Amino acid sequence: MSSRERILGRVRRALADVPQDDTPYGEAVARDYLREHGARSTEETVELLAENLADYRAVVHRCGADELPSVLARLLTERKAATVLVPPGLDEAWLAEADAARVADRMESGAHELDRVDSVVTACAVAVAETGTIVLDGGPDQGRRRITLVPDHHICVVRVPEQVVSSVPQALERLDPARPLTWISGPSATSDIELDRVEGVHGPRTLEVILVG
Amino acid sequence: MSGTFVGMPAFPKAAHEAVGNQTLRANLRHATHTIRAKRANAVAEVSDWAELREAGKRIKDHTLRHLDRYLVQLEESVTAAGGIVHWAADADEANRIVADLVKETGESEVVKVKSMATQEIGLNEALEAEGIRAYETDLAELIVQLGKDRPSHILVPAIHRNRGEIRDIFTREMSEWGRPAPEGLTDTPAELADAARLHLREKFLRAKVGVSGANFMVAETGTLVVVESEGNGRMCLTLPETLISVVGIEKIVPTWRDLEVFLQTLPRSSTAERMNPYTSTWTGTTDGDGPGTFHLVLLDNGRTDTLADEVGRQALRCIRCSACLNVCPVYERAGGHAYGSVYPGPIGAILSPQLRGTASEIDASLPYASSLCGACYEVCPVAIDIPEVLVHLRERVVQGGPVTREGNKVVLKPAKGHGAERAAMRAARWAFDRPGALRAGQRLASRTRRLHPRTLPGPGKAWSATRDLPAVPAEPFRDWWQRTNGGTTDEGTAK
Repeated sequence: MSSRERILGRVRRALADVPQDDTPYGEAVARDYLREHGARSTEETVELLAENLADYRAVVHRCGADELPSVLARLLTERKAATVLVPPGLDEAWLAEADAARVADRMESGAHELDRVDSVVTACAVAVAETGTIVLDGGPDQGRRRITLVPDHHICVVRVPEQVVSSVPQALERLDPARPLTWISGPSATSDIELDRVEGVHGPRTLEVILVG
Repeated sequence: MSGTFVGMPAFPKAAHEAVGNQTLRANLRHATHTIRAKRANAVAEVSDWAELREAGKRIKDHTLRHLDRYLVQLEESVTAAGGIVHWAADADEANRIVADLVKETGESEVVKVKSMATQEIGLNEALEAEGIRAYETDLAELIVQLGKDRPSHILVPAIHRNRGEIRDIFTREMSEWGRPAPEGLTDTPAELADAARLHLREKFLRAKVGVSGANFMVAETGTLVVVESEGNGRMCLTLPETLISVVGIEKIVPTWRDLEVFLQTLPRSSTAERMNPYTSTWTGTTDGDGPGTFHLVLLDNGRTDTLADEVGRQALRCIRCSACLNVCPVYERAGGHAYGSVYPGPIGAILSPQLRGTASEIDASLPYASSLCGACYEVCPVAIDIPEVLVHLRERVVQGGPVTREGNKVVLKPAKGHGAERAAMRAARWAFDRPGALRAGQRLASRTRRLHPRTLPGPGKAWSATRDLPAVPAEPFRDWWQRTNGGTTDEGTAK
């Protein structure tokens, strides 16, 4: 007997007490929890996102669409970034004013190459105001999971208000589980040493979020 | 210190030693009280906590009640998404599967995300025996591994170490495992974290095989979820060519939507954050993004035996948030090592004896590692009634009875060492069935109260060593009731 059959057999014997007509999934769970916490206007939701991002030590900027290229150029200059990694589908106009040399994310470029890149700029799939979370789904303007992981500086552009939702339930509705997702709430952090929060262990130590719109 | 839990003394002995360690108690007190206060704030932020808790409980219960169906569905979904599913009935089988998979890649080292399931099965030791080195990459796990120590907390495994101890471990041990600690390393958390970053980065960048667990598996979509803070999880899930995830069969949720409950309750309950810094999900493999080969090892190792116990099966709802540890007065003083299992604290006291059986001294003692105060049940985000299961397991230890072990129904003999307890219970039943005898005994006890010893003799000695014996009143309650007509006629004291 294979282990598969053995385990499934054990599960079925263990559940001998469960009646055949047990409550079906659709009725088994009361979903009377909230879809979002509190009523907010669109602007208040964006404001909450900015607050919660900053609370977890992400650096938050706000600008209009026309200002984005100059803001990006300024942030990269302040960081003294000589190279900037760009996902294949990122709007080219965004980096039109930046001096840093563009590095494309090529399939064959290994982790060591990524480690030498100064900064990475991506868009996002959705942002969650209540938790201060940005979610990347590997879309063309966000690139592969590794590019927002290995470089030490990540700038993420969020289009407001259309990419912002209030809550986790609303975010999950918008996301496709078939895609590889990365949820980021503030930069990498640890509390393993006497519960003192320290930013940046393995992921980017600096996360800057630009709310555009 | 040995890296294994085998041969641990029973909880009372281990706890007695731990409680005498002042540094340990100070470290634990600081940590548990800090998290406890923060968690209360994080939970208070969401007004529907009670509803989320109930929904989490129901989702898990429903899944467990139909686990066979959801396991088959998960297997189909993962396979359809490009993953390869393996089934492991016990620790040995799981270890053999992983070791063979690593060998197939031709590699002799793996990077690991912190995983309780692989701790439970002793994967690192099993791989070492096959010539494969496993690098733990979570900062706390790294501290534990370098210190040749054992984890003592579900969420912060090195909670028992303070910054000075961590600095010493890094300075002494890092060079044995790779990049040495920087010269002149101080004990500030930021510097220590930086030393870990440098030490581990070279391993991440060259790793070809990653080993992980998962917090959730979605049956409907075949999606796996890892919730973490540091980014070491993302490194292990993203950079290697091969990913092997070892996951307990109880980690399933039916649908994608169910994550909306747990992604709200888990971070707030565990690290007291609105959301943990990083959550990664992956569904099979994705061309050009992440590992090209993904193996899922579904682990039983006592879970189906636990499922067979109608009272005890609720322990399988656990989402490993560790809130119960931080509120437990026993854990706070004894620390995680005293439990002699990967799962310490209140949840460990009900999970370990079910997963492993109560045959060993340590497992038979774990249901007693509690004051039954109920704080663990209050904080549990999936409402596991830990006190109920503790009492149930105590009864099993003392009385024996039918249980399931490795899929077979067996009848457990009463454990040794509880003779006095059984005798006392029999005597109590005899006395309560005979009011006359009870009255005579109580009167005798009252009259001889000045002669009673301060500690109990014989088997009761251990109990009274750490507790004051209750004082016998001058007059039995029933006599007082009769004499004063329930307190209405005369408030006088005993004659």
